[in-house]
Amino acid sequence: MLELKGIQKSMGGQPVLRGVNLKIGSAEKVVVIGRSGCGKSVMLRIIMGLLSPEAGEVFFEGTRLTGLSEEAWNPYRKKIGMLFQGAALFDSLSVFDNLAFPLREHGEKNENVLREKVTEALKIVSLSGTEEKMPAELSGGMKKRAALARAIICRPALMLYDEPTTGLDPIVADSINRLILHLGKMLGMASIVVTHDMTSARMVGDRIAYLHEGKIYFQGTPEQVDKCEDPLVRDFVRGHAEGIDVVG
Amino acid sequence: MEMEQVMYLIGKFGTLFTDSCRTAGGVFLLLGDTLRSMFRYRLRWDQMLEQMYFIGIRSQVVVLTTGAFTGAVFAAQVWFQFKRFGMESAIGPTVSIAMCRELGPVLCCLLLAGRVGAAMAAELSSMKITEQVDALRALGVYPVEYLIVPRFLALVISAPILTALALVTGIGVGYFVAVKIFGVDGAYYWDNTIKFTDRKDVMIALIKSFIFAVIIASIACHKGMNCPPGTAGVGKTTTEAVVNASLALLIVNFFLTVLLNALLYSN
Repeated sequence: MLELKGIQKSMGGQPVLRGVNLKIGSAEKVVVIGRSGCGKSVMLRIIMGLLSPEAGEVFFEGTRLTGLSEEAWNPYRKKIGMLFQGAALFDSLSVFDNLAFPLREHGEKNENVLREKVTEALKIVSLSGTEEKMPAELSGGMKKRAALARAIICRPALMLYDEPTTGLDPIVADSINRLILHLGKMLGMASIVVTHDMTSARMVGDRIAYLHEGKIYFQGTPEQVDKCEDPLVRDFVRGHAEGIDVVG
Repeated sequence: MEMEQVMYLIGKFGTLFTDSCRTAGGVFLLLGDTLRSMFRYRLRWDQMLEQMYFIGIRSQVVVLTTGAFTGAVFAAQVWFQFKRFGMESAIGPTVSIAMCRELGPVLCCLLLAGRVGAAMAAELSSMKITEQVDALRALGVYPVEYLIVPRFLALVISAPILTALALVTGIGVGYFVAVKIFGVDGAYYWDNTIKFTDRKDVMIALIKSFIFAVIIASIACHKGMNCPPGTAGVGKTTTEAVVNASLALLIVNFFLTVLLNALLYSN
């Protein structure tokens, strides 16, 4: 479904991605883990077409997306949904208008259809009854759920999650993980989850890829990652900070 | 040591110069993209009307107050000077021409740079740092078309109307101050005002305010869309948008004055 070939990208003159190769099959759930600042979110933004790679190619359903103009990108953006780290709900719009936004943009004008689809999407993420609330009135977990509902309302074939559980308490984080699993099953979506939360990675991933120094350093099933004896992977998975200077 | 300091200063000026060129280039590119998007995408009337309400209607009090007191102060100052030479009947045209050619468009648009430019830069930069601009793109909407075109059009339509209102208020209040407070003959005042104020003077006011609006919208939107990450970035962006737009407006005003004078009064 999606293939990244030799993706390279620098940010502020510093190379972040140095040749990322990754393949994702239909309905597959891949979790990308890695240290903060290693380029996980940059990779998602390149897949979504929000950033252009300096080298390499992105293929989606056999089509080369790299180098497409903004207008040519839009049909593919209907098929790819993205949950942003900070939810990115439009704060001037109510929850209903946020969810109806992509539908309206894609030409749906019938208010009854819009209301029906928004109600259904909110029900899936257990946020029924919040249609008239403004994003500022929602908690962090509710914002993520509402943003998730907005991202899936057009039934994408691929869903990108940028740190979906960051900043949430363990209970809410668990509910988001369950939701990711549930949506994958219900809608048959492939998904890429970027996180450094290993609990989340083990729970939602069919495959875990470890991004290190701009490349996919290791990938395997959650069990393979847990058993991996490579010191870099092992330290990350177990949360060891050996070899890192602590000033104090 | 001295040589090092000189080289350091040259380096600083060089960086400042290249940064300014880069920013100016970015502003022109955004302006070009905005104009292109106006014709390529459907116009979002609801957004534009909302912005026109904010810019046009909500700015009226501040613009009318400025116009009124500028007219009042200018009429008073002119009266203080002209009465020494017995030229009270020239107060009317002096106030009206100054209001049309310079004070009206410049002061009105400086206020708009402060009020509307700051709001535009702050709103867009907040959207930028909270990933809302990226979310728009992810949902298949081009941010320039959705966010900038309505703001740009609303400002370039509203600014000349607000300037016209400021002119009317300024000239009206100038009349009140000169005639009702300082006792200048009202008939002479109006007669000379109408006689010496040309249609071209009003045109200058409207052309200037239109161009100033293009400058304010372009700079404020460019700053907002290129906000550095973090909340400190929003404050910095907003301040820079107002300062840069105000300075650009004052500098461009000089060249516009010379150019419009040459074009409209060449014969």
